Amino acid sequence: MCLAIPGKIVSDEVQNGIRVGRVQFGGITRETCLDFVPEASVGDYVIVHVGFAISRVDAEEAERSYEVLESMGLLQVELQSDLEDS
Amino acid sequence: MKYLDEYRDEKIARGIVAELTHRVTRPWVLMEICGGQTHTLMRYGIDEMLPPSIELVHGPGCPVCVTSLETIDKAIAIASRPEATLISYGDMLRVPGSRTDLFHVKAKGGDVRVVYSPTEALKFARANPDRKVVFFAVGFETTAPANAMAVWQAKREGLRNFSMLASHVLVPPAIRALLSSARNRVQGFIGPGHVCTVMGYREYDDLIHEFRVPIVVGGFEPLDLLEAILMLVTQLEEGRATVENQYVRSVTYEGNLRAQKILAEVFEVCDRKWRGIGGIPESGLSLREEYAEFDADRIFGTEGITADEPAECISAEVLQGLKKPTDCSAFGTRCTPENPLGAPMVSSEGACAAYYRYRRHAIAVTESH
Ligand code: SF4
Repeated sequence: MCLAIPGKIVSDEVQNGIRVGRVQFGGITRETCLDFVPEASVGDYVIVHVGFAISRVDAEEAERSYEVLESMGLLQVELQSDLEDS
Repeated sequence: MKYLDEYRDEKIARGIVAELTHRVTRPWVLMEICGGQTHTLMRYGIDEMLPPSIELVHGPGCPVCVTSLETIDKAIAIASRPEATLISYGDMLRVPGSRTDLFHVKAKGGDVRVVYSPTEALKFARANPDRKVVFFAVGFETTAPANAMAVWQAKREGLRNFSMLASHVLVPPAIRALLSSARNRVQGFIGPGHVCTVMGYREYDDLIHEFRVPIVVGGFEPLDLLEAILMLVTQLEEGRATVENQYVRSVTYEGNLRAQKILAEVFEVCDRKWRGIGGIPESGLSLREEYAEFDADRIFGTEGITADEPAECISAEVLQGLKKPTDCSAFGTRCTPENPLGAPMVSSEGACAAYYRYRRHAIAVTESH
């Protein structure tokens, strides 16, 4: 559960005063809180942990670690949830 | 090198290993703190590529592994109540408590659910006002801001049926405890990259001054870890001890100030019991008095629950880097990921699970010779 995964911001909006957006991890998209990364906007890559973006990263670096995670089969496990499906 | 074939920068990896071999003149014991790093090291066989004089030991940085037995028992007690819905990160369900685990409670009809994010627990509470929704909030500094945000939002919305069983742990006090132990062997640390993404690495300056031990904040890819090891060995060989940052693409000295702010708003530092290790002063985060109405421990009256660790599991030594999982008599026999005896066998970030997954075969081969 402690993994943090790079993903790409595909949309953002403000909900109840908090900035949230959809973030894409390969084929999977998840709602993500963007409140901790005001500097990141749509198209940027962020490192996401338990549904919260914690830093903005360079696109090329993000792709690279994403490939590594996918090859390790960890992406599905990390995004496991009973309550949300996408 | 066979483990690195699939990784496209194998050439760079070879280069770093060659450089390491060139620089190292005597044995060094290094520890990676974070379980995510342990997993990468095992998966890619990095420990096996290193010159034999560099020994890697694995640290206590798996939140699933260090959550105390009594906290698991509290979660089980809450999940067994008919009015409660216990919501947790997935790995926690199979961690053995004193008598059972959350998975069995669920199988027997307990309302236990798995989420990826605390935000989902909050949504569930909004949609189900008749349920007492408890979020089982474990994790290091990386996870704590997300958990803090959930409570902060609940308070702001006046959400009455949401509460938190909080068991957050902090990395720097754990390093201090390891270094203060008379049995400590660790001479350099790979710092936890995502914890430092949130907290920055200024906290680590104090450790350097106190113990003169090099710390290199590292990332999670094979090359990140190899580079961090090279930076550590270089410091050690030159007799230096500073904090360096290998994971610059995500970590700054200050860390994420917005995340730190919400942390400080909702949580305060407290003493915390770590599974296998025992109590470490000021090593946890608990809800501030202003958020006491969201404290599941108080709501369900579980404060009094205590528990003793089972004797056979040597996870205490494993989590402190004193022993390897393979030194445990139960490893791979009475303790497997399907039937874990101790917590480090549960999560993929646990050292025992990582060894079971990536080293069992190698060990069986060596033993049959
Ligand atoms: S192999 Fe199992 S019993 Fe042994 S230390 Fe690891 S978790 Fe504990």
